[in-house]
Amino acid sequence: MRLRCKVNGEALEADDVWPGESLLYVLRERMGLPGSKNACEQGECGSCTVYLDGVPVCSCLVAAGQVEGHEVTTVEGLAEGERLDPVQQAFVEKGAVQCGFCTPGLIVATHDLLERRCQPSDPEIREALAGNLCRCTGYEKILDAVRLAADRKAAS
Amino acid sequence: MEFFKPATWSEALAIKAEHPDATPIAGGTDIMVELNFDVRRPGALLDLTEIAELREWSAVGDGFRVGSGVSYARIIEELGASLPGLAMAARTVGSPQIRNRGTVGGNLGAASPAGDSHPPLLAGAADIEVASVRGTRRIPAAEFYKGVKRNAMEPDELIAAFHIAAADGPQQFAKIGTRNAMVIAVCSFGLALHPSTRTVGTGVGSAAPTPRRASDAETFLAGELEWDSPGPLRDSVLVRFGELVAQAASPIDDVRGTADYRRHALSVMARRTLGWAWDSYRRN
Ligand SMILES: Cc1cc2nc3c(=O)[nH]c(=O)nc-3n(C[C@H](O)[C@H](O)[C@H](O)COP(=O)(O)OP(=O)(O)OC[C@H]3O[C@@H](n4cnc5c(N)ncnc54)[C@H](O)[C@@H]3O)c2cc1C
Ligand code: FES
Ligand code: FES
Repeated sequence: MRLRCKVNGEALEADDVWPGESLLYVLRERMGLPGSKNACEQGECGSCTVYLDGVPVCSCLVAAGQVEGHEVTTVEGLAEGERLDPVQQAFVEKGAVQCGFCTPGLIVATHDLLERRCQPSDPEIREALAGNLCRCTGYEKILDAVRLAADRKAAS
Repeated sequence: MEFFKPATWSEALAIKAEHPDATPIAGGTDIMVELNFDVRRPGALLDLTEIAELREWSAVGDGFRVGSGVSYARIIEELGASLPGLAMAARTVGSPQIRNRGTVGGNLGAASPAGDSHPPLLAGAADIEVASVRGTRRIPAAEFYKGVKRNAMEPDELIAAFHIAAADGPQQFAKIGTRNAMVIAVCSFGLALHPSTRTVGTGVGSAAPTPRRASDAETFLAGELEWDSPGPLRDSVLVRFGELVAQAASPIDDVRGTADYRRHALSVMARRTLGWAWDSYRRN
């Protein structure tokens, strides 16, 4: 099928899409957007998290055919030009990134959390990020980064 | 592979009648795992996510009609106060991403004995509304689950909604797993106290080929509870209730736990959830 959808604000098309392939595959292999990572393809790790119509989902669990006519925002869509999103900036500053594989999903999940709760408690942060696994950092620096981004957001 | 994307419910039913083999896909959180890993290659997918009415719920009589496509996240947000048992179960499903996308309709379609919606639907005596071009019927949850991953639907039918009464008393849900997030139940238990009818509802998950009620435990407890002058529960009542719940199960040994462990855990969950529910009834 020919798939038409809006990705990061831009109307995109992809041809010869198998409607049962995942949105993650479409983004990475057909649209040149490798930001969202493929680590499990079964919804367990969250590294493929994107916004679909404004709601964070695992893009590996969305069928390409379901996205026709819908809107997707990936980690690539969060920065404004060269200026990183405050969540991205906080991850960099706090050293919340090691191999980086989990990072795109964590950035999107954190971005969503801070849209909904500007000063989340630690339990709220843990709950919101429970679907994102990181095998490197031990999570402490990730929590630091989320708190920093939240503080800056609250101050701005 | 064909991909059907009906915009209306009647269109979806017509497609399902003509292509009974078409596999419905809602949130995709079960189906897509199977597609990604090549466990399944359906000839056709029937996408239900464009059908607005499946994502709607409404208050009807003393309860609700909840569209099969309402996500767990929305059940928690929008219906949590009226359907606390189901909302508690929904909070334990997967992760935020899974709850944003996964639906009760999909849980019912998959009919896994471990599905977390099932115990509260059983305890709350929900009806499942299924439909085809031939018409609509309501199946009580207790008759919906037919075997491991089998339900009572005909090949041309789709799940439209479930009907469930608003809680008229305390409800509880408990689930055993290795951690808090992202875990399939080793076993689970749902409890609903119904002071208005002086009855009790239960649902046992992941401890038999299908989710099921613990009917003897319900009858026993309804007879023992002192609804009018609620004092502390006697230990003997708690223990007997736990035993009867465990007896209702017919668990197996598998990678997640042994049959013995499941029976034991069920009796503990039954006692605890009853303690919590009764305390809350006494306070009100
Ligand atoms: C990482 C992860 C964690 C999970 N954790 C849990 C958990 O903790 N507890 C739990 O219970 N489940 C869990 N699941 C399983 C899954 O999320 C649930 O079963 C969910 O309810 C499925 O809903 P869905 O809308 O995504 O279903 P889909 O995958 O779209 O469909 C599931 C099945 O139902 C059928 N179907 C869907 N809608 C209809 C309809 N309207 N009419 C007829 N048939 C229909 C489909 O054909 C398919 O057979 C998890 C899954 C993943 C990937
Ligand atoms: S790749 Fe999608 S959740 Fe792991
Ligand atoms: S930084 Fe390596 S998985 Fe998180």
